[in-house]
Amino acid sequence: MQNRIVVGAHYGLRDWLAQRVTATVMALYTVFFVVNLFCLPEFSAEAWRAMFSGGFMRFATFLFWLALFFHAWVGVRDIFMDYIKPVGVRLVAHSVVAFLLIGYAGWAAQILWRL
Amino acid sequence: MANRTMKFQIYRYDPDKDAAPYMQDVSIEVDATDRKLLDVLVKLKAKDDSISFRRSCREGVCGSDAMNINGKNGLACLTDIASLKEPVQLRPLPGLPVIRDLIVDMTQFFKQYHSIKPYVVNNDPPPERERLQSPEDREELNGLYECILCASCSTSCPSFWWNPDKFVGPAGLLAAYRFIADTRDQATSERLDNLEDPYRLFRCHTIMNCVDVCPKGLNPTRAIGKIKDMMVRRAV
Repeated sequence: MQNRIVVGAHYGLRDWLAQRVTATVMALYTVFFVVNLFCLPEFSAEAWRAMFSGGFMRFATFLFWLALFFHAWVGVRDIFMDYIKPVGVRLVAHSVVAFLLIGYAGWAAQILWRL
Repeated sequence: MANRTMKFQIYRYDPDKDAAPYMQDVSIEVDATDRKLLDVLVKLKAKDDSISFRRSCREGVCGSDAMNINGKNGLACLTDIASLKEPVQLRPLPGLPVIRDLIVDMTQFFKQYHSIKPYVVNNDPPPERERLQSPEDREELNGLYECILCASCSTSCPSFWWNPDKFVGPAGLLAAYRFIADTRDQATSERLDNLEDPYRLFRCHTIMNCVDVCPKGLNPTRAIGKIKDMMVRRAV
Protein backbone atom coordinates (compact mmCIF):
# COMPACT_ATOMS: atom_id res chain seq x y z
CA MET A 1 0.00 0.00 0.00
CA GLN A 2 1.16 3.47 -0.84
CA ASN A 3 1.76 5.70 2.15
CA ARG A 4 1.15 9.05 0.55
CA ILE A 5 -1.27 10.18 -2.07
CA VAL A 6 0.17 12.24 -4.89
CA VAL A 7 -2.46 14.29 -6.68
CA GLY A 8 -2.70 16.91 -9.38
CA ALA A 9 -2.00 15.40 -12.81
CA HIS A 10 -4.54 18.06 -13.87
CA TYR A 11 -5.77 16.54 -17.08
CA GLY A 12 -8.68 14.53 -15.71
CA LEU A 13 -11.34 17.06 -16.63
CA ARG A 14 -9.91 17.89 -20.06
CA ASP A 15 -9.92 14.28 -21.22
CA TRP A 16 -13.26 13.46 -19.63
CA LEU A 17 -14.85 16.48 -21.30
CA ALA A 18 -13.11 15.77 -24.61
CA GLN A 19 -14.52 12.26 -24.58
CA ARG A 20 -18.04 13.64 -24.25
CA VAL A 21 -17.53 16.29 -26.93
CA THR A 22 -15.99 13.81 -29.38
CA ALA A 23 -18.86 11.40 -28.74
CA THR A 24 -21.30 14.16 -29.70
CA VAL A 25 -19.33 14.94 -32.86
CA MET A 26 -19.41 11.27 -33.84
CA ALA A 27 -23.13 10.97 -33.16
CA LEU A 28 -23.90 14.06 -35.30
CA TYR A 29 -21.64 12.83 -38.10
CA THR A 30 -23.32 9.42 -38.07
CA VAL A 31 -26.70 11.03 -38.69
CA PHE A 32 -25.22 13.27 -41.40
CA PHE A 33 -23.50 10.29 -43.02
CA VAL A 34 -26.55 8.02 -43.01
CA VAL A 35 -28.74 10.76 -44.47
CA ASN A 36 -26.17 11.36 -47.22
CA LEU A 37 -25.89 7.65 -47.88
CA PHE A 38 -29.61 7.24 -48.40
CA CYS A 39 -29.72 10.29 -50.65
CA LEU A 40 -27.36 8.60 -53.09
CA PRO A 41 -28.92 7.99 -56.53
CA GLU A 42 -27.51 4.46 -56.52
CA PHE A 43 -25.30 2.29 -54.37
CA SER A 44 -22.21 2.08 -56.53
CA ALA A 45 -18.52 2.85 -56.26
CA GLU A 46 -18.98 5.93 -58.48
CA ALA A 47 -21.76 7.34 -56.32
CA TRP A 48 -19.70 6.62 -53.20
CA ARG A 49 -16.73 8.41 -54.76
CA ALA A 50 -18.93 11.35 -55.75
CA MET A 51 -20.28 11.60 -52.23
CA PHE A 52 -16.76 11.98 -50.88
CA SER A 53 -15.64 14.41 -53.57
CA GLY A 54 -17.28 17.37 -51.86
CA GLY A 55 -15.01 19.50 -49.68
CA PHE A 56 -17.45 19.62 -46.79
CA MET A 57 -17.95 15.86 -46.75
CA ARG A 58 -14.20 15.34 -46.64
CA PHE A 59 -13.81 17.90 -43.88
CA ALA A 60 -16.68 16.43 -41.82
CA THR A 61 -15.40 12.89 -42.29
CA PHE A 62 -11.89 13.87 -41.28
CA LEU A 63 -13.33 15.59 -38.21
CA PHE A 64 -15.19 12.38 -37.41
CA TRP A 65 -11.99 10.35 -37.62
CA LEU A 66 -10.12 12.83 -35.43
CA ALA A 67 -12.96 12.67 -32.88
CA LEU A 68 -12.88 8.88 -33.01
CA PHE A 69 -9.12 8.74 -32.52
CA PHE A 70 -9.14 11.12 -29.59
CA HIS A 71 -12.11 9.30 -28.06
CA ALA A 72 -10.29 6.00 -28.50
CA TRP A 73 -7.13 7.46 -26.99
CA VAL A 74 -8.90 8.39 -23.75
CA GLY A 75 -10.76 5.08 -23.62
CA VAL A 76 -7.77 2.86 -24.31
CA ARG A 77 -5.62 4.87 -21.93
CA ASP A 78 -8.26 4.37 -19.21
CA ILE A 79 -8.13 0.61 -19.78
CA PHE A 80 -4.33 0.61 -19.56
CA MET A 81 -4.50 2.66 -16.36
CA ASP A 82 -6.78 0.06 -14.80
CA TYR A 83 -5.10 -3.12 -15.93
CA ILE A 84 -1.40 -2.46 -16.62
CA LYS A 85 0.22 -1.82 -13.28
CA PRO A 86 3.99 -1.59 -14.05
CA VAL A 87 4.56 2.07 -14.94
CA GLY A 88 7.24 1.32 -17.57
CA VAL A 89 5.04 -1.12 -19.46
CA ARG A 90 2.14 1.32 -19.25
CA LEU A 91 4.23 4.16 -20.66
CA VAL A 92 5.30 1.98 -23.60
CA ALA A 93 1.69 0.88 -24.20
CA HIS A 94 0.51 4.52 -24.05
CA SER A 95 3.19 5.60 -26.50
CA VAL A 96 2.47 2.79 -28.96
CA VAL A 97 -1.25 3.60 -28.98
CA ALA A 98 -0.65 7.35 -29.25
CA PHE A 99 1.66 6.95 -32.26
CA LEU A 100 -0.67 4.42 -33.86
CA LEU A 101 -3.61 6.81 -33.57
CA ILE A 102 -1.59 9.72 -34.95
CA GLY A 103 -0.57 7.45 -37.82
CA TYR A 104 -4.17 6.46 -38.41
CA ALA A 105 -5.16 10.14 -38.56
CA GLY A 106 -2.57 10.74 -41.29
CA TRP A 107 -3.69 7.64 -43.13
CA ALA A 108 -7.36 8.72 -42.90
CA ALA A 109 -6.46 12.11 -44.43
CA GLN A 110 -4.55 10.42 -47.21
CA ILE A 111 -7.47 8.10 -48.04
CA LEU A 112 -10.04 10.90 -47.93
CA TRP A 113 -8.18 13.30 -50.20
CA ARG A 114 -7.19 10.51 -52.56
CA LEU A 115 -10.77 9.50 -53.27
CA MET B 1 -42.60 -16.52 12.48
CA ALA B 2 -42.20 -19.92 14.07
CA ASN B 3 -38.85 -21.43 14.90
CA ARG B 4 -36.96 -22.59 11.85
CA THR B 5 -33.47 -23.50 10.80
CA MET B 6 -31.53 -21.09 8.64
CA LYS B 7 -28.61 -22.22 6.50
CA PHE B 8 -25.49 -20.11 6.05
CA GLN B 9 -22.25 -20.31 4.15
CA ILE B 10 -19.74 -18.13 5.89
CA TYR B 11 -16.33 -17.06 4.63
CA ARG B 12 -13.79 -18.22 7.17
CA TYR B 13 -10.17 -17.24 7.33
CA ASP B 14 -7.84 -17.13 10.27
CA PRO B 15 -4.36 -16.27 8.97
CA ASP B 16 -2.79 -17.92 12.03
CA LYS B 17 -4.39 -21.28 11.30
CA ASP B 18 -5.71 -21.45 7.74
CA ALA B 19 -3.56 -21.77 4.65
CA ALA B 20 -6.41 -20.38 2.54
CA PRO B 21 -9.90 -18.99 3.10
CA TYR B 22 -12.83 -21.41 2.86
CA MET B 23 -16.62 -21.31 3.03
CA GLN B 24 -18.10 -22.96 6.11
CA ASP B 25 -21.62 -24.40 6.13
CA VAL B 26 -23.49 -23.58 9.31
CA SER B 27 -27.13 -23.73 10.29
CA ILE B 28 -28.92 -22.21 13.23
CA GLU B 29 -32.37 -22.12 14.78
CA VAL B 30 -34.03 -18.74 14.44
CA ASP B 31 -37.20 -17.64 16.20
CA ALA B 32 -39.64 -14.77 15.96
CA THR B 33 -37.37 -12.43 17.91
CA ASP B 34 -34.67 -12.69 15.24
CA ARG B 35 -35.43 -10.01 12.72
CA LYS B 36 -32.17 -8.86 11.26
CA LEU B 37 -29.13 -10.68 9.95
CA LEU B 38 -27.05 -9.28 12.80
CA ASP B 39 -29.35 -10.96 15.37
CA VAL B 40 -28.58 -14.30 13.73
CA LEU B 41 -24.86 -13.55 13.52
CA VAL B 42 -24.79 -12.79 17.23
CA LYS B 43 -26.52 -16.14 17.82
CA LEU B 44 -23.97 -17.87 15.60
CA LYS B 45 -21.18 -16.22 17.53
CA ALA B 46 -22.66 -17.53 20.79
CA LYS B 47 -22.56 -21.03 19.31
CA ASP B 48 -19.08 -20.75 17.77
CA ASP B 49 -17.11 -17.85 19.18
CA SER B 50 -14.38 -18.17 16.55
CA ILE B 51 -16.65 -16.52 13.95
CA SER B 52 -15.41 -12.95 13.71
CA PHE B 53 -17.24 -9.86 12.52
CA ARG B 54 -17.46 -6.21 13.51
CA ARG B 55 -20.60 -4.77 15.06
CA SER B 56 -21.45 -1.95 17.38
CA CYS B 57 -24.65 0.09 17.34
CA ARG B 58 -26.85 -2.61 15.71
CA GLU B 59 -29.10 0.04 14.18
CA GLY B 60 -27.43 1.23 11.00
CA VAL B 61 -25.63 4.23 12.44
CA CYS B 62 -22.08 3.09 13.12
CA GLY B 63 -21.41 1.29 9.84
CA SER B 64 -19.34 -1.46 11.48
CA ASP B 65 -21.15 -4.55 10.25
CA ALA B 66 -20.95 -3.96 6.50
CA MET B 67 -20.38 -7.23 4.67
CA ASN B 68 -21.14 -8.97 1.42
CA ILE B 69 -24.54 -10.63 1.87
CA ASN B 70 -25.58 -13.01 -0.90
CA GLY B 71 -23.28 -11.16 -3.27
CA LYS B 72 -24.39 -7.65 -2.39
CA ASN B 73 -22.78 -5.32 0.12
CA GLY B 74 -24.94 -4.16 2.98
CA LEU B 75 -25.28 -3.79 6.73
CA ALA B 76 -26.12 -6.96 8.64
CA CYS B 77 -28.12 -4.93 11.17
CA LEU B 78 -30.41 -3.48 8.48
CA THR B 79 -30.92 -6.67 6.47
CA ASP B 80 -34.17 -8.53 7.17
CA ILE B 81 -33.57 -12.26 7.42
CA ALA B 82 -36.95 -12.83 5.77
CA SER B 83 -35.59 -11.23 2.59
CA LEU B 84 -32.59 -13.58 2.31
CA LYS B 85 -32.30 -16.54 -0.02
CA GLU B 86 -30.77 -19.60 1.64
CA PRO B 87 -28.09 -20.71 2.09
CA VAL B 88 -27.14 -17.15 2.97
CA GLN B 89 -23.64 -16.50 1.71
CA LEU B 90 -21.67 -14.12 3.90
CA ARG B 91 -18.33 -12.80 2.75
CA PRO B 92 -16.13 -9.90 3.80
CA LEU B 93 -16.37 -6.64 1.83
CA PRO B 94 -14.67 -7.28 -1.52
CA GLY B 95 -11.44 -5.62 -2.55
CA LEU B 96 -9.99 -4.96 0.90
CA PRO B 97 -7.44 -7.16 2.69
CA VAL B 98 -9.10 -9.66 5.05
CA ILE B 99 -7.89 -9.57 8.64
CA ARG B 100 -10.04 -12.47 9.75
CA ASP B 101 -13.37 -13.98 8.64
CA LEU B 102 -15.72 -11.04 7.89
CA ILE B 103 -13.34 -8.38 9.18
CA VAL B 104 -11.44 -6.35 6.59
CA ASP B 105 -8.59 -3.88 6.87
CA MET B 106 -10.17 -0.49 6.11
CA THR B 107 -6.90 1.50 6.20
CA GLN B 108 -6.91 2.19 2.46
CA PHE B 109 -10.55 3.26 2.56
CA PHE B 110 -9.96 5.75 5.37
CA LYS B 111 -6.77 7.01 3.79
CA GLN B 112 -8.80 8.03 0.74
CA TYR B 113 -11.43 9.59 3.00
CA HIS B 114 -8.80 11.65 4.82
CA SER B 115 -7.22 12.71 1.53
CA ILE B 116 -10.22 14.89 0.69
CA LYS B 117 -9.84 16.86 3.97
CA PRO B 118 -13.19 15.94 5.54
CA TYR B 119 -13.61 19.10 7.58
CA VAL B 120 -14.66 22.67 6.95
CA VAL B 121 -11.74 24.89 6.01
CA ASN B 122 -12.45 28.49 6.95
CA ASN B 123 -9.71 31.00 7.67
CA ASP B 124 -11.94 33.79 8.96
CA PRO B 125 -11.73 34.40 12.71
CA PRO B 126 -14.37 32.18 14.33
CA PRO B 127 -17.52 34.06 15.32
CA GLU B 128 -18.57 34.19 18.94
CA ARG B 129 -21.13 31.43 18.62
CA GLU B 130 -21.16 29.54 15.32
CA ARG B 131 -20.87 29.93 11.56
CA LEU B 132 -24.43 30.27 10.39
CA GLN B 133 -25.99 29.04 7.16
CA SER B 134 -29.28 29.93 5.55
CA PRO B 135 -31.85 27.11 5.50
CA GLU B 136 -31.41 26.94 1.69
CA ASP B 137 -27.63 26.55 2.01
CA ARG B 138 -28.08 23.93 4.69
CA GLU B 139 -30.48 22.11 2.38
CA GLU B 140 -27.56 21.50 0.01
CA LEU B 141 -25.94 19.18 2.53
CA ASN B 142 -28.89 16.81 2.72
CA GLY B 143 -28.08 13.49 1.12
CA LEU B 144 -24.38 14.12 1.70
CA TYR B 145 -23.77 14.37 5.43
CA GLU B 146 -25.64 11.17 6.32
CA CYS B 147 -22.83 8.87 5.15
CA ILE B 148 -21.71 6.50 7.93
CA LEU B 149 -18.50 5.36 6.17
CA CYS B 150 -19.45 1.69 6.19
CA ALA B 151 -17.53 1.25 2.90
CA SER B 152 -20.32 -0.74 1.25
CA CYS B 153 -20.22 1.59 -1.75
CA SER B 154 -16.47 1.88 -2.29
CA THR B 155 -15.95 -1.87 -1.96
CA SER B 156 -18.66 -2.57 -4.54
CA CYS B 157 -17.04 -0.21 -7.05
CA PRO B 158 -14.87 -1.90 -9.74
CA SER B 159 -12.89 1.33 -10.18
CA PHE B 160 -12.03 1.20 -6.48
CA TRP B 161 -11.09 -2.49 -6.73
CA TRP B 162 -8.61 -1.72 -9.54
CA ASN B 163 -7.13 1.46 -8.06
CA PRO B 164 -7.82 1.67 -4.31
CA ASP B 165 -4.61 3.63 -3.82
CA LYS B 166 -5.43 6.25 -6.46
CA PHE B 167 -9.20 6.48 -6.90
CA VAL B 168 -10.90 8.22 -3.98
CA GLY B 169 -13.96 5.99 -4.26
CA PRO B 170 -17.66 6.85 -3.95
CA ALA B 171 -17.65 7.32 -0.16
CA GLY B 172 -14.70 9.70 -0.28
CA LEU B 173 -16.13 11.61 -3.24
CA LEU B 174 -19.52 11.97 -1.57
CA ALA B 175 -17.70 13.41 1.44
CA ALA B 176 -15.61 15.62 -0.87
CA TYR B 177 -18.77 17.09 -2.36
CA ARG B 178 -20.28 17.49 1.11
CA PHE B 179 -17.48 20.01 1.86
CA ILE B 180 -17.46 21.54 -1.61
CA ALA B 181 -21.19 22.20 -1.22
CA ASP B 182 -20.78 23.67 2.25
CA THR B 183 -21.13 27.46 2.06
CA ARG B 184 -18.99 27.85 5.20
CA ASP B 185 -16.02 26.23 3.49
CA GLN B 186 -13.47 28.47 1.78
CA ALA B 187 -11.26 25.84 0.15
CA THR B 188 -13.46 24.98 -2.84
CA SER B 189 -10.74 25.66 -5.42
CA GLU B 190 -8.16 23.58 -3.54
CA ARG B 191 -10.70 20.79 -3.19
CA LEU B 192 -11.41 20.81 -6.93
CA ASP B 193 -7.65 20.94 -7.64
CA ASN B 194 -7.17 17.94 -5.38
CA LEU B 195 -9.62 15.92 -7.48
CA GLU B 196 -8.69 17.24 -10.93
CA ASP B 197 -6.74 14.15 -11.82
CA PRO B 198 -7.37 11.21 -14.14
CA TYR B 199 -7.45 8.81 -11.19
CA ARG B 200 -8.80 10.62 -8.12
CA LEU B 201 -12.22 11.52 -9.51
CA PHE B 202 -12.31 10.50 -13.14
CA ARG B 203 -11.92 6.76 -12.53
CA CYS B 204 -15.66 6.92 -11.87
CA HIS B 205 -17.37 5.48 -14.94
CA THR B 206 -20.89 5.84 -13.50
CA ILE B 207 -21.32 2.12 -12.93
CA MET B 208 -23.56 3.10 -10.00
CA ASN B 209 -23.00 0.03 -7.83
CA CYS B 210 -22.50 2.56 -5.05
CA VAL B 211 -26.05 3.87 -5.39
CA ASP B 212 -27.37 0.32 -5.58
CA VAL B 213 -25.83 -0.79 -2.28
CA CYS B 214 -25.83 2.30 -0.04
CA PRO B 215 -27.68 1.25 3.13
CA LYS B 216 -28.52 4.89 3.83
CA GLY B 217 -30.03 5.43 0.37
CA LEU B 218 -27.44 8.02 -0.64
CA ASN B 219 -26.33 8.77 -4.18
CA PRO B 220 -22.55 9.16 -4.58
CA THR B 221 -22.89 9.14 -8.38
CA ARG B 222 -24.96 12.32 -8.25
CA ALA B 223 -22.40 13.97 -5.97
CA ILE B 224 -19.61 12.96 -8.37
CA GLY B 225 -21.64 14.42 -11.25
CA LYS B 226 -21.97 17.69 -9.35
CA ILE B 227 -18.21 17.84 -8.77
CA LYS B 228 -17.62 17.28 -12.50
CA ASP B 229 -20.19 19.96 -13.23
CA MET B 230 -18.36 22.45 -11.00
CA MET B 231 -15.07 21.60 -12.68
CA VAL B 232 -16.57 22.21 -16.11
CA ARG B 233 -18.02 25.55 -14.98
CA ARG B 234 -14.65 26.50 -13.55
CA ALA B 235 -12.73 25.56 -16.69
CA VAL B 236 -15.01 26.53 -19.58
